[in-house]
Amino acid sequence: MNDLHLFSTISTAVAALAIALGVFFPALAMGRAIAAALDALARQPEAEKAISRTLFIGLAMIESLAIYCLVVALIILFRNPLLEYLLK
Amino acid sequence: MNGIDGLVWWRFHGFALRESLALSMIVAAALVAIAFTARHLMDRGAPDGGRPRMLVEAGYLAMRDAVAEVVPQEHVAGVLPFIATLWLFILLCNLVGLVPGLASPTGDLSVTAALALIVFVAVHAYGIRAAGLRGYLRHYLSPSPILLPFELVSEITRTLALAIRLFGNIMSLEMAAMLVLLVAGLLVPVPLLLLHVIEALVQAYIFGMLALIYIGSALEASRPAADSTDLHQEDS
Repeated sequence: MNDLHLFSTISTAVAALAIALGVFFPALAMGRAIAAALDALARQPEAEKAISRTLFIGLAMIESLAIYCLVVALIILFRNPLLEYLLK
Repeated sequence: MNGIDGLVWWRFHGFALRESLALSMIVAAALVAIAFTARHLMDRGAPDGGRPRMLVEAGYLAMRDAVAEVVPQEHVAGVLPFIATLWLFILLCNLVGLVPGLASPTGDLSVTAALALIVFVAVHAYGIRAAGLRGYLRHYLSPSPILLPFELVSEITRTLALAIRLFGNIMSLEMAAMLVLLVAGLLVPVPLLLLHVIEALVQAYIFGMLALIYIGSALEASRPAADSTDLHQEDS
């Protein structure tokens, strides 16, 4: 097993781990946010507009964390800058 | 759909016309054309404008109400054109990806970075126009000067996040559709493409809404101090 082999195996495993963890925790956070929003909605149905707007913004903020992990995983898989040193 | 890089349509002496640039230009031109066509139909139709007028006005009123909820009343007319343009442009750019053979321009980091930079400049432009340069800069020191570095870092990170969020969402959806196509075959990714329509709407809404909230906070920060003391008195 040469260096390149080891490198691609490790980077694939790390990318999979990164996206797994990076989706797991934002999913938990989103679930809590939605639960809290539904709770507020049940208490005060008349505040629906403000609640759903804030919920959307919050979900977008949380979702972007998962997206960061996705972008990093894609960079590891397709455009790994460290690969250049290995191939030189 | 070429991963992180866009497709090159045309080369000329070291210049390359990439698909994302060409498509976003076409989308912008299409928006202008749609606006003129709607205007033309309105003039030619029934005296009250008829159906085209109703459609255009429904869209306009929905967007104006959304803006009026965030921005103080006197600034709505100034902020609305910018935000509405962002919404329509990003929505159409996202939907272009559904056309077979074309990729969404917003699935290219350069396009979303340009949009985020426009928002970054616009936030300060609206803030300075509302409060003057000194008044606007003072709000960075307003609770306490210790927070200045955090404010500056958040200015940069939120612009970066705006660009990466739109890019990542659109690009990942297209990539997922392509992977399903490779694994499963023709017509199987159609449910995913239906999801793409919803995602296009949601991402356009969120991008414009975040830009609106940033502009709203810049306008809010530049309000005269008398207002905020009034609020405090009401609170206590």
